[in-house]
Amino acid sequence: MSDITENPVETAEPTTRMNMIQAINSAMDVMMARDPDVIVMGEDVGYFGGVFRATAGLQKKYGKRRVFDTPITECGIIGVAVGMGAYGLRPVPEIQFADYIYPALDQLVSEAARLRYRSAGEFIAPMTVRSPFGGGIFGGQTHSQSPEGIFTHVSGVKTVIPSTPYDAKGLLIAAIEDNDPTIFFEPKRIYNGPFDGHYDRPARNWSAHPAGEVPEGYYRIPLGKANVVRAGQALTILCYGAMVHVVAATIEELGVDAEIIDLRTLVPLDIETIEASVKKTGRCMIVHEATRTSGFGAELSALVQERCFYHLEAPIERVTGFDTPYPHSLEWAYFPGPVRIAEALKKIMKE
Amino acid sequence: MARASTAKPAKGAAKPTPAPASNRERPAEPVRYEASKDELMAFYREMLLIRRFEEKAGQLYGLGLIGGFCHLYIGQEAVAVGLQSALEVGKDSVITGYRDHGHMLAYGIAPKLIMAELTGREAGISRGKGGSMHMFSVEHKFYGGHGIVGAQVSLGTGLAFKHKYANDGGVAMAYFGDGASNQGQVYESFNMAELWKLPIIFVIENNQYAMGTSVNRSSAEDQLYKRGESFRIPGLQVDGMDVLAVRGAANTAVEWVRAGKGPILLELKTYRYRGHSMSDPAKYRSRDEVQAVRDKSDPIEHAKRDLEALGVTEADLKDLDKEIRKIVSEAADFAESSPEPGLAELYTDVLVDTY
Repeated sequence: MSDITENPVETAEPTTRMNMIQAINSAMDVMMARDPDVIVMGEDVGYFGGVFRATAGLQKKYGKRRVFDTPITECGIIGVAVGMGAYGLRPVPEIQFADYIYPALDQLVSEAARLRYRSAGEFIAPMTVRSPFGGGIFGGQTHSQSPEGIFTHVSGVKTVIPSTPYDAKGLLIAAIEDNDPTIFFEPKRIYNGPFDGHYDRPARNWSAHPAGEVPEGYYRIPLGKANVVRAGQALTILCYGAMVHVVAATIEELGVDAEIIDLRTLVPLDIETIEASVKKTGRCMIVHEATRTSGFGAELSALVQERCFYHLEAPIERVTGFDTPYPHSLEWAYFPGPVRIAEALKKIMKE
Repeated sequence: MARASTAKPAKGAAKPTPAPASNRERPAEPVRYEASKDELMAFYREMLLIRRFEEKAGQLYGLGLIGGFCHLYIGQEAVAVGLQSALEVGKDSVITGYRDHGHMLAYGIAPKLIMAELTGREAGISRGKGGSMHMFSVEHKFYGGHGIVGAQVSLGTGLAFKHKYANDGGVAMAYFGDGASNQGQVYESFNMAELWKLPIIFVIENNQYAMGTSVNRSSAEDQLYKRGESFRIPGLQVDGMDVLAVRGAANTAVEWVRAGKGPILLELKTYRYRGHSMSDPAKYRSRDEVQAVRDKSDPIEHAKRDLEALGVTEADLKDLDKEIRKIVSEAADFAESSPEPGLAELYTDVLVDTY
């Protein structure tokens, strides 16, 4: 992936190789050391260290007072976190799978996202809800979903989705320090390595990827700042999470001079970077794994059309999951992989 | 309880009357079921079928034929077999969580249809689209198979509502785990079930670990059978490793519920031998702990001893094991050789019509 520009590590601090889980763990470690108000809580996060090991070692280091197991009670976890945050703590609750977040939706939408507004800023809900999301691991309909569009639709909550270990750590630190409730969706398919969409090829890990080199200490990646993963002239491709790697591998294989923008945060959105890129290339393709109708791609498409209409040389193209529940079998037919991206590229470049 | 009150009274002396917890009617203390030889053989057979089926599923998972999430029921066999033996297939409804293979087998659903669902094939009971956690059978009144922890408890309450509404004589049995017993909707369901006197048996399968979190690290009241008390739902704690104790409790529960007295809660103390799912190395408990349960409390070994006391020979049981292994192996062959669903299946059964 030599022609892909990666995040320059602008720090003199020592770095180390990390996969995404280790980077996320490191972000919480750094923040717990810096701020005694940071609390890590969730199902299996304490004693067991998290089902994906993202909180491994934290309870041992910071004690049960600050890193603890909760019962299986998503609504309760988030509700309690709202109260904690209103009284000055900085909770980092984990929802074990994004598919389990729905019981907590009431607390997230009606309380966490709305507390600041209805108290005219007197009370806030500064929490970062970490949750593994997305498919590609044969999780079926209750362990594979991408519900980011539900949260981007809710005013008062931020939505962050990293695509590399380096980004995951910097964004998670920024999210924890942020005074708003933030949904931090972790693409679990790329926890251990970037996934190019070819499920039949051997999996790669992060050790060979530039963004697997992560500073050991504190650094932030600001929320609302996209990353131009690859500069190009032929078209702009907007993506985030696991799809960044699927897109990058596909255009490399096809030899397309695409500009790939990793959104990193959906809300707040770095619309300036998107606008500048689409005005330059004249074509825009949006790739996400979530279902199509009312997905975040629809919002992106509307924004690009509003801002870049006279620069567009082709209709905006969306490559997304199908409007179906996530299937158990047929996972790779559902997953918007290299074949569907290639077809969409053909279509958008023909115009 | 005060020590004095547990002391055995002298022969002939009147038992000290314990202070009543309330003046409400309570179910009688369940009695261990006295099974005939044939009945116990049938229980043993079903438990063995579940165990061998799950062992095979574990193997197929290891071979990559089953992907994703797969939660095995090994160790808990006596619960599904003992309880569901007291129900009537097709009349009484059963609903459970994601660890559902055992409940399906105990309700007479064909092993090959279940196995083919695990491998994601067209011939699977949900046509490959549900997978291990999401399986159903209208014919058996088996309502799944649910991946979201605790959600099925409310659904079960709805099933019970229909049993009452239709006056069809059936009862609903809603299983959930010790972990799910901390979900809020469980208690919303308890309240409605008792308020409306619904015919439902709530079953907590307490295998002592919610994924990796033990009951005492997640539950303020760890005697889970008491969880219904504040809703006036009576609870019974049952040895879930003894199929006859389970069946005895099932009889008590079914009698209570069928008599129109409203819901009842059973806590089955059980244990899962394997990890929570295939990807769980179970590092939150010791090997010794697991081995001790296997050695001392295994439900199948327990039933085997009881059978031998009734005169069943080792040779009889060997023949049965052979027969079960054949059934399981045929199910696996079927599940491996069936085709995957066609691409068109992606868009079927999303809504009434395709769109």
